Amino acid sequence: MPYILNTDDDRREMLAAIGAASVDELFDSIPKNLRLDRPLDIPPACSEPELTADMERLAAQNIPAGRTVSFLGAGAYDHFVPAVVDTIASRSEYATSYTPYQPEVSQGNLQVLFEYQTLLTQLTGMDVSNASLYDGGSAVTEAVLMSLAAAPKRRRVVVAASVHPEYRQIMATYLENLDVSIDVLETPEGTVDAAMLAKTVRDDVACVVVQHPNFFGCLEETAALASVAHDAGALFVVSVDPISLGLLRRPGDYGADIVVAEGQSLGNPLSFGGPYLGLMACREAFLRRLPGRIAGQTTDREGRRCWVLTLQTREQHIRREKATSNICTNQGLMALRATVYLAAMGPHGMRELAELCVQKAHYAAAQVTGSPRWQAAFERPFFKEFVVRDRQGKVAAMLDEARESGVFAGVPLGRWYPQLDDCLLIAVTEKRTRGEIDRLAKLLSSSNSKRAMAHA
Amino acid sequence: MRNRQATRLLFELSKPGRRAARVPACDVPTGELGDLLPDAALADEPPPLPELGEPDIIRHFVNLSTLNMSVDTHFYPLGSCTMKYNPKRNERLASLPGLADVHPYQDPTTMQGLLALLFELQEMLAEIGGLDAVSLHPAAGAHGELTALLIAAAYFRDRAEPRTKVLIPDSAHGTNPASAAMAGFKAITVGSTSEGFVDLDDLNSKLGDDVAVLMITNPSTLGLFEPQIETICRRVHEVGGLVYLDGANMNAILGVTRPGDFGADMMHFNPHKTFSTPHGGGGPGAGPIAVRQQLEPYLPVPVLVRRDGRFVLEEDRPKSIGRVRSFFGNTGVLVRAYCYLRTLGPDGLRRVAENAVLNANYLLARVKHFLPVPHGDRCMHEFVASAQRLKQEKGITAMDIAKRLLDYGFHAPTVYFPLVVKEAVMIEPTETESKETLDAFVEALFRITEQSAESLHAAPHAAPINRPDEVRAARRPTLHWQPSDQSGEH
Ligand SMILES: Cc1ncc(COP(=O)(O)O)c(C=O)c1O
Repeated sequence: MPYILNTDDDRREMLAAIGAASVDELFDSIPKNLRLDRPLDIPPACSEPELTADMERLAAQNIPAGRTVSFLGAGAYDHFVPAVVDTIASRSEYATSYTPYQPEVSQGNLQVLFEYQTLLTQLTGMDVSNASLYDGGSAVTEAVLMSLAAAPKRRRVVVAASVHPEYRQIMATYLENLDVSIDVLETPEGTVDAAMLAKTVRDDVACVVVQHPNFFGCLEETAALASVAHDAGALFVVSVDPISLGLLRRPGDYGADIVVAEGQSLGNPLSFGGPYLGLMACREAFLRRLPGRIAGQTTDREGRRCWVLTLQTREQHIRREKATSNICTNQGLMALRATVYLAAMGPHGMRELAELCVQKAHYAAAQVTGSPRWQAAFERPFFKEFVVRDRQGKVAAMLDEARESGVFAGVPLGRWYPQLDDCLLIAVTEKRTRGEIDRLAKLLSSSNSKRAMAHA
Repeated sequence: MRNRQATRLLFELSKPGRRAARVPACDVPTGELGDLLPDAALADEPPPLPELGEPDIIRHFVNLSTLNMSVDTHFYPLGSCTMKYNPKRNERLASLPGLADVHPYQDPTTMQGLLALLFELQEMLAEIGGLDAVSLHPAAGAHGELTALLIAAAYFRDRAEPRTKVLIPDSAHGTNPASAAMAGFKAITVGSTSEGFVDLDDLNSKLGDDVAVLMITNPSTLGLFEPQIETICRRVHEVGGLVYLDGANMNAILGVTRPGDFGADMMHFNPHKTFSTPHGGGGPGAGPIAVRQQLEPYLPVPVLVRRDGRFVLEEDRPKSIGRVRSFFGNTGVLVRAYCYLRTLGPDGLRRVAENAVLNANYLLARVKHFLPVPHGDRCMHEFVASAQRLKQEKGITAMDIAKRLLDYGFHAPTVYFPLVVKEAVMIEPTETESKETLDAFVEALFRITEQSAESLHAAPHAAPINRPDEVRAARRPTLHWQPSDQSGEH
């Protein structure tokens, strides 16, 4: 047993001290008829070399981002992760510590959280941030729950169809048993129409939820939408791409009340969808409704500046069923990664990164739609992602073909938007080179291959 | 020895003109930004982030890390949290690019190895829990609780049974009632007997056809196996309710008894406790759930299944509660848990439980002589001592003990939880600690109880800071650094 230190002698001495005849006796409180009378039916133990060989075999059966050219995005992005992020996050003192409930021996973690919160307020222009939620999807729903709690008489939520479909599904799941209705505002042109929104939002709406850049990569007219929401007394909730904030106006500057985001892009590997982190920042007015942990500054008895977890009366371990959320374990190590990432990028790195994404995505869009087969699905400004429509309507076949040529060409949209089943969402990060983009364009334009015909 | 220069805030270390990361040169023809994006959308300035060079960053975060206690550096007898050793092979293997760099929307044919691993993990968890079907989606234990309660709600809605209540023993973790409320149920507390078990009379008086779920932690947060668990589950089932097991304490019973066998219908696992994945200073964890057959149709989508020898992610599940998170699960954490289970195998897992229980009982046997343990002479993987007598006789509180232990190089136990024990000191050694460590801990604990309350109130003395002013932190919240803030110039 690699991780147990007790020797047979230890066990004998310990049993003697306990006054028990055997280890079995320590389990006497478990009724005999409830005991498992056989070994668990799971694979036998294996050594580290055997496990390593097995894991390498399993890993070899997947095609990771580094072994293909990936234009997949839709909420999870292949951005570069600087080595400093891994170096810091793999330190035992961070990775193997618990939630900093004992501040005297957790100042490292607490200061990191305080720095993380500060970086998020700087990035978003909001007043306060919590110390992370599970992921960008559940963060949207937490923001909705906050809005509902802030206005108990308002029982409607308006969410744009251009918000990530999975985020909307999460919202629907969480709200199913609460007395709340969700109105999805269609976005046939790719973005929310402010006039249409104004018709939907009345004084029974707790919040309006949009994503910016939205699921299709398009920029929403956030300031106008914020006014519509505010005119009806509703809160304006925005889900952002943190990378875009190197370039785009900060949500705090266009009237957002609560900002959430998927934080994966800030130094976290793709890892098949998790662990990521949900970012959440809001206006001061909603501070006491924030879910999750918050680090705050104070002083110790000698007047030294230090940090603690604070405002804990919001949380489940104090308030139980009246807590602002049930969240306990959050995504601390991912928040550390985001902190190191933002420190490494700095203001200019973030600006240049965002610009690079914009330029490369626009180049890619021009190249792809240069072929008669593809057209832009939406005539809207976009950030690092865009939707193209296949005039031949053979997206699935094309994706198979591209994959065989070593390119993950994009995410097909039909599973979420039946009217877009001939459309592809293409994401371009700073890692994609001109050569790779040209290859994508070439693959996509090669219409009517034999395979494509066979699939049609 | 402390490097106070390097541990100033990032914002105080910042100097215009410094930077660490550079982005690649742009290799595509560029357009004017103003032509590509509307002016109204663009910020005038880059975000006001700090400016630092790479050596700054490394020295800052490395020095900060040394202010933390961690499992790799200290004994962490934190009750309910199962702070066991985090194997290094799991870290290395989870970061294999073939696992760590897989995109959630890749075609399933390009990730059959990863899906096979996750499928096998589902099967192992079902077997360990004695239940039928598993969802790996939930991101932590509390998220698993919520997911299972949403499943219960969907199940009862399907059966046209309007059940509104969730019963929760008073010794339960705060996430239980918080999850019940979030799922739209009314949380009803069930009392405990003086022995620390569920009060059956109180339970009976609250059971009825309006009860959807009983959430029970077994072994309980007092470290006791509920002797009446079968009866409790039977009573709940008799009124048509479901039993949820909070699996935070699975470490005590791995391979010994299974929740499904003692009557639970649903449960969560905490891989960051039971299956050795690192806590990361507060996360990430994972909270996979296991359920009985009749609840399987309600599991969140997508569901990972095997069809004709291939692994697929099924979305089309008409009875599913829907989604509880984006993408699939905290995969990186789940991969580590998988490595752990493969390393230990059936016998290894059982030995985990045996040694965790042995270590806890050994500590209990030694500690109870000077720090009373109200709920019995034996425990499972943890026990709850009480400083109530010390407080009355000498003015020494659970908090004092916790803080003074830090001076001796031990992390504090969990204190003031569970709420049913006054001045609770909740100790969980886990199986990965040695007798030598446990002996040294007992010694330190004993010495502390002999010390004067006055000196203890001032503890810790040897930590990087002494007790922070929590009241001030909450009353005048300072939750981020601001440029005008000069208070850090010590
Ligand atoms: C008994 C018990 N239940 C539930 C939880 C919640 O689990 P998590 O923190 O993974 O959400 C915990 C963890 O602290 C616990 O100890």
